[in-house]
Amino acid sequence: MAAPRSPIIFPHRHLLGIEHLSAPDIIQILDVAEEAVALSRKVEKKRHVLSGRTQINLFFENSTRTQASFEIAGKRLGADVMNMSVANSSVKKGETLIDTAVTLNAMRPDIIIVRHHQSGAVDLLARKVDCCVVNAGDGAHEHPTQALLDALTIRRRKGRIEGLTVAICGDVAHSRVARSNMLLLAKLGARVRVVGPSTLLPGGIERMGVEVHRDMREGIKDADIVMMLRLQLERMSGAFVPSLREYARFFGLDEAMLAHAKPDALVMHPGPMNRGVEIDSAVADGPRSLVTEQVEMGVAVRMAVLEALAQNLPKG
Amino acid sequence: MTKPLALINARLIDPVAGTETRGGVLIADGLIADVGTSLTKANLGGDVEVIDCLGDVVAPGLIDMRAFVGEPGAEHRETIASASAAAAAGGVTTIVSMPDTQPVVDDPAVVDFLKRRARDTARVRVLPSAAITKGLKGKEIAELGLLQEAGAIAFSDGTHSIRNTQVMRRAMTYARDFDALIMHFAQDEDLAGSGVMNAGELATRLGLGGIPVEAEAIALDRDMRLVNMIRGKYHAAIISARMSVEIMARAKEAGLPVTCATSINHLTLNENDIGNYRTFCKVSPPLRHELDREALVEALSSGLIDVIVSDHNPQDVETKRLPFGEAENGAIGLETMLSAAIRLVHAGQVSLPRLIAAMTSRPAEILGLPQGRLAKGTPADLIRFDPDEPYVLDPALLHSRSKNTPFDEARMEGRVKLTLVAGEKVWG
Repeated sequence: MAAPRSPIIFPHRHLLGIEHLSAPDIIQILDVAEEAVALSRKVEKKRHVLSGRTQINLFFENSTRTQASFEIAGKRLGADVMNMSVANSSVKKGETLIDTAVTLNAMRPDIIIVRHHQSGAVDLLARKVDCCVVNAGDGAHEHPTQALLDALTIRRRKGRIEGLTVAICGDVAHSRVARSNMLLLAKLGARVRVVGPSTLLPGGIERMGVEVHRDMREGIKDADIVMMLRLQLERMSGAFVPSLREYARFFGLDEAMLAHAKPDALVMHPGPMNRGVEIDSAVADGPRSLVTEQVEMGVAVRMAVLEALAQNLPKG
Repeated sequence: MTKPLALINARLIDPVAGTETRGGVLIADGLIADVGTSLTKANLGGDVEVIDCLGDVVAPGLIDMRAFVGEPGAEHRETIASASAAAAAGGVTTIVSMPDTQPVVDDPAVVDFLKRRARDTARVRVLPSAAITKGLKGKEIAELGLLQEAGAIAFSDGTHSIRNTQVMRRAMTYARDFDALIMHFAQDEDLAGSGVMNAGELATRLGLGGIPVEAEAIALDRDMRLVNMIRGKYHAAIISARMSVEIMARAKEAGLPVTCATSINHLTLNENDIGNYRTFCKVSPPLRHELDREALVEALSSGLIDVIVSDHNPQDVETKRLPFGEAENGAIGLETMLSAAIRLVHAGQVSLPRLIAAMTSRPAEILGLPQGRLAKGTPADLIRFDPDEPYVLDPALLHSRSKNTPFDEARMEGRVKLTLVAGEKVWG
């Protein structure tokens, strides 16, 4: 089915963060993902690289799209996929993360996809299991497959990533999407800006190789990509912004605001969107929005990641 | 009556004079009977047990002003017996225990219990501190007078900082009437918020909530203003930042009756030691930037920081083998404090007598204790160690019931060979 190509060389047992990947690692995942996009658009979508493999989606935090995306990706590659959400697990009965990991490990899965509300929790779990671990988001730390799918979306539309100006806007402090994207885009040579009110920009961020802007108009001026972040209302333990309407007034992306970016600038959002808060419906549903394309690329990138990691699984 | 004991051929560290001399110590009836260069094998009387120290250091036993002992309430983590075994092996001969127990040490009966348990099970001296506020809740003053009468050596809310300024003011004012020492951990709890490590670039990279140095500085500044108003004895239980050093410098310059300590962790580690979410390096206050650590070392060397504490805080697997944000604060330190501190001597940053003073005579002066000195007539709490003897720390060999040491597998120097409490051998 797929044309024969050189084997994937991915020198990592797990995918825990963009931090550990090199630019060639990233480009390779994107190249493999391109094939997965083509496959996913066919009627017969199934491949067999994960045939006989067991994939567990272990989500300690609620997620609809990421979990569904990993499930579809695994199934398209022929894996047996099991979803384990925290509501049904013994974590509710007081079991620790490590005990859960050890228990699942004993069931001999090949790949575990993990999302957890604590930064570093996925690294901790990865140290206690024998299989591959994919980080599907840990606290405010990393969400590597999101950054990869964003990169794939940008590359397909703009033909490149190097030299582009990407403005990441909004709740940077609580966003693992922002961190992974900052790291990835910098590795591929993009110019990265972060834009938001100072209360939502974490300390020392200017030392992470990004330009920092507190004024949205300046921040997105001449940008090629405007990447909006979800205002993480559920994570707000204190008052970071006075009100949603004030936030929308200064940091919401509507048509007028978008006019400050390049005329051919494209808009992204990792979802789920707070319509009318960080993004106006006219922009979200408009011709420059890549939001649904991001979702499609999500499945492709996750297929690529699973395939790359599967290369390193013990055979036979 | 046991035979007198002499330690001869030693490198004597006198922390009060700040000197190092060759000589010996003669011990009789639990006290230092004589000390000096003239004590050699030749001029000792016949009926004396002699230990030739072969040029090793002999110094007063260490006094640790901040150690958390699990008893009562968390005996699975540490008991007075296990903490004192760890202390003896680490050369600590006096422990000031913190009141964060179950029940809290806010009742004279608990002080009495601790004293009796220490008498019956401890190899070293255990001096309980008692709570400043009832239940460590920061709302009502504990019975400071009765607690002091029962034997509380000083007052502290342990890991808790007193948020309400009015409560702090009244506690200081009331404590002054009893000439009691307040040992406070200063941290603005609102500003610290849900932070779990030092605020800054590293916290941002790790996606962890940060505690800014200002959280400590603001609370410490407030306390200094209260001391200026009240003039009661105040000891900053543990400071971690350059900014706090500056505040203490100003307060001392103004002649306020204040002293301060930092922990062995803050002197020898920095936030980078957290690395890949190492929970054994999660402590309170958090490990800071290297520049803060350097400022602490400098202040220790100059004497601005009076005391080094172990901040010994045993935690077990259930409280540490968790994601960083959910793990408890705390590291054990009684047994490693001396070796870790000696790193500063080997780095040429602090002299050995000054280092020893910060763990012996300075705490003794602050607490009003007779030990911690190398002087005739004082208690014979003494240690012998070779500051150059290398070893690799094996957590399995530590005496504490908990193994949460940040110096896991670290190369150390200066293992304690002999520990005496009141002239009795408790280690070695």
